[in-house]
Amino acid sequence: MADPMRIRANNKDGVTEVRVLMSHPMESGVRKDASGALVPAKYITDLDATHNGKTVLKAMFSGAVSQNPFLSFKFKGGAKGEKVAVKWVDNKGESRTDEATIA
Amino acid sequence: MKTRLVISAVLMAAATTGAQAQDAAAAGIAKFREMLADGNPAELFEMKGEELWKQKRGPKNASLEQCDLGLGPGVVQGAFVQLPRYFADTKRVQDLETRLVTCMETLQGFNAEEIARTPFLKGEKETLAALATWIGGLSKDMRFAVPQKHEAEKTMYEVGKRLFFARGGSHDFSCASCHGADNTRIRLQDLPNLTKNPGDGVGFAAWPAYRISNSQMWTMQHRLNDCYRQQRFPEPKWGSDATIALSVYMGVNANGAASIVPALKR
Repeated sequence: MADPMRIRANNKDGVTEVRVLMSHPMESGVRKDASGALVPAKYITDLDATHNGKTVLKAMFSGAVSQNPFLSFKFKGGAKGEKVAVKWVDNKGESRTDEATIA
Repeated sequence: MKTRLVISAVLMAAATTGAQAQDAAAAGIAKFREMLADGNPAELFEMKGEELWKQKRGPKNASLEQCDLGLGPGVVQGAFVQLPRYFADTKRVQDLETRLVTCMETLQGFNAEEIARTPFLKGEKETLAALATWIGGLSKDMRFAVPQKHEAEKTMYEVGKRLFFARGGSHDFSCASCHGADNTRIRLQDLPNLTKNPGDGVGFAAWPAYRISNSQMWTMQHRLNDCYRQQRFPEPKWGSDATIALSVYMGVNANGAASIVPALKR
């Protein structure tokens, strides 16, 4: 199981701001290691953020996104105490879901 | 006379505009860095470090929770800003990383020599980076108070000072070549003067840090190793007295400055 994400969510004036720090190598697949061999591609392809089960953000990442991606977004709604969940899936089919409580 | 006054006034105005432009650029860079600091990947290493401190590991299947970093077994808060220091059990001045390896050996049964030989960010060196980041983070915003009470601590300061100014290697560089004066820079990188207190969050007060350019978490030992590489010196032995002495010199000079660890670097 991949390393946990760090998610922070806070609500202000009806708008919830979510900040996610994901732990992922984000290997593009074009890099070569010290011996000259290609380092195989391993990067997040899809991301889904939900609030109370409803999708608030859907994203498609590529190998162009850096290691340990940081994503920050806002959505209308949400209240203190409610949960925001973030799920990512990578090109190898590995996935990780974490959730946070809106502060 | 009047022409000369006009010319000098114009020159002064140009100089001021130039200085203002420079301040604006510096302010812009500072703001950009502030924006980047949100979501510092170092936080992932802090989380990992906390896990590794508490997890039962090694041949002895024990955690590091009894490790003494200078403030008593298991006390981590505030430990970072009073290292390096003298430890009675090992009879030497140790920095955070060498002290962690001592604990990993005595409490968990790891082989210290093997860890010392492992390349940075591989195997147990990766463990060390995570632990150092977490422990450093627990002293965030605290002011450095590296001790100079024990004779060994005072000696190490003097050794560090000599090493700092010692010129050598193929390019005849010393640490002071880059870090020995105020207001200097290499290309666009400002260089702090480490012969005195460089201020909050600068120099010794900024490592361990996450390097954006290569997505790596660097500890002080890693930074010192790279400094020697940049000076075209032979590679220093990991955790050697020389590297610890330099940390003592820079740490004591930084006493009073606030730590911003874990920091974010280019």
